[in-house]
Amino acid sequence: MSGPAVIAPVVAPGETAQSLTERICAVTLREGARPWTPLWWWAAFAVSLGLLGIGVIAVGWLFYAGLGIWGIDWPVVWGLDILNYVWWIAIASGGTFISALFFLLGVEWRTALNRLAESLTLCAALCAAIFPILHLGRPWFFYWLFPYPNTMGLWAQFRSPLVWDFFAILTYVLASILFWYFGLLPDLATLRDRAQGQGRRVFYGVLALGFRGSGRQWRHYRSVYAVMAALMAPLVVSVHSIVGMDFAGSAATGWHSTQFPPFFVFGAALSGFAVVLLAILPLRSLLGLHAYVTERHIDVLGRLFLTSSLCVGYAYVMDAFSTFYGPDEADRTMFLMRVFGLYAPVYWGTILLNIVFPQLLWWRSVRLTQPLVWLIGLGVLVGMWLERFQIIVTSLARTQLPSAWGHYTPTIWEWSLLFGTIGLFLTTFLLIVRLMPVVAMAEMRAMLRGPA
Amino acid sequence: MAAVFSPRANVIVTVVMLGAVGIVVGVCLWWFAWPRSDYVRHVGWAIQQPVPFSHQHHVAGLGIDCRFCHSSVERSAQASLPPTFTCMTCHSQIWTNAALLAEVRDSLSENRPIVWARVTDVPDYVYFNHSIHVSKGVGCESCHGNVARMPLTYKAKTLTMQFCLDCHRDPGPNLRPLANIYDMDWHPDHATPPPAELMRAYHIGGRNLTECSICHR
Repeated sequence: MSGPAVIAPVVAPGETAQSLTERICAVTLREGARPWTPLWWWAAFAVSLGLLGIGVIAVGWLFYAGLGIWGIDWPVVWGLDILNYVWWIAIASGGTFISALFFLLGVEWRTALNRLAESLTLCAALCAAIFPILHLGRPWFFYWLFPYPNTMGLWAQFRSPLVWDFFAILTYVLASILFWYFGLLPDLATLRDRAQGQGRRVFYGVLALGFRGSGRQWRHYRSVYAVMAALMAPLVVSVHSIVGMDFAGSAATGWHSTQFPPFFVFGAALSGFAVVLLAILPLRSLLGLHAYVTERHIDVLGRLFLTSSLCVGYAYVMDAFSTFYGPDEADRTMFLMRVFGLYAPVYWGTILLNIVFPQLLWWRSVRLTQPLVWLIGLGVLVGMWLERFQIIVTSLARTQLPSAWGHYTPTIWEWSLLFGTIGLFLTTFLLIVRLMPVVAMAEMRAMLRGPA
Repeated sequence: MAAVFSPRANVIVTVVMLGAVGIVVGVCLWWFAWPRSDYVRHVGWAIQQPVPFSHQHHVAGLGIDCRFCHSSVERSAQASLPPTFTCMTCHSQIWTNAALLAEVRDSLSENRPIVWARVTDVPDYVYFNHSIHVSKGVGCESCHGNVARMPLTYKAKTLTMQFCLDCHRDPGPNLRPLANIYDMDWHPDHATPPPAELMRAYHIGGRNLTECSICHR
């Protein structure tokens, strides 16, 4: 693929550990800059807060009025709630793949991306985590999923994938937060030491938890970070496998398939890389990261993006194949409905956005045309949303019993919740971008200095 | 540039962190223990009644059978409380002028039932049937305690779902021969059939007694 073209370096020539630290600290601290917070940030933050407000209203009304405000009913009992949950948790995967998996593989292009990618993971996992609670009829009893000693003498049903899901998400969210925060410690200490105002020094100082950069601290830091990376990499696979099992464990048409766990891991990788590209491309210019996030990074992300798109394409083919190879007449009927029926635009939209358009990334020139890559990434996010729509809604709408067939139309309260979580995602992400170091400085310095 | 934090900061952070852990642990312990306390479950609370009826006097002292007053316990979901006529079986003859029994006499003369306060209750979403329990070997005492020792009646057991399930998961040890259902302070002796035999005799075990619909209908 690379051909005769020169591969761009991972870091622009002339950059040193010193210049890197100064430049990244300046992005966050902006000492002496006017306005202190850039206008693009305020504009984006205002939009995010507006969306978040819609979400708060949607949740408030949901808690007051109950699940009846949603369009879900028999037979489509899972609607946008579960759809959005699966969509968000898949988006969260990108950060973990880049940050943990490629840390273990020791690739050099991972270092400039991991902080932003992990922050995306954190924000998306947060959005995902609220949906399983909201979709309960009595959300205040969500903790019944947890096996705690209670006066009812009841224990969680460990044979149910939904219980595994609870544990998988809980573990994933907690581990992501710890991994992200732990990786931040040396950089927070750097900010503490470089900040001018007393308030900022205390803010970053408290967050840095007393990291002073002593030899002993570094030794502990490196081993803990490696162990956490080694935990996170299998965790991201297990969490999406279990999301797949939420479906595969049920006997609904189109769900009861052994390929679902890997299928969901592929889908997660695709939307994960898509959202990393979506965030990195504009932030690269807005934050002035051209020297550290080079064309090499965009090229690599484009290749990963294409690879995961091909994996997802394989899963779609196998989905069709196993339906017609298998013995279940109801599965075939449902599949034909999916492809040619009422929800056919959803199916073909999925194929077009997730499989067809990403094929453009075979060309290096396309991979390096940033607006085009950005649009393909946006298309994939929409496409992955549509994919979950066809998995959840068409399967439930066309069950084994034709007399129980139905359809599903989301209400405004389901849509507003979707846009509300987009607001939550953007709000938290923008806060992190503004307040936290956007590139892992300590790791970049180690890379620039070369092997000791 | 002066240091941001004094050495004291380490102590403060340590105390705050330990305190946070302590609070979390404390809340968990409280959350565990509070619903189990006799205070929350009202165990051992004698409830104010219109007439201070003594089970101790009537059951232990006079030897009246449970079914004399709770007459539908073998046939119905409800054990039932006696009508005033039942009280008057005796009290039309003895203690006819006792001030303590004025409410009972008024009830009869005004044809108005005595409104007893409920001592043992389960929530409305629990379907509890007395007749099946007493005819399958569960003694009154197992849930109501030794009422023969209660001068004023109080709730003796927690009656949490866990209390019910403990027995539904393993009924054998709580079963007694039919002859001893209404006995108080009963304990198995060498003549009592072993639990497994009682289970067989009562035909218990054919159905999963912890199925949701056994109690929630």
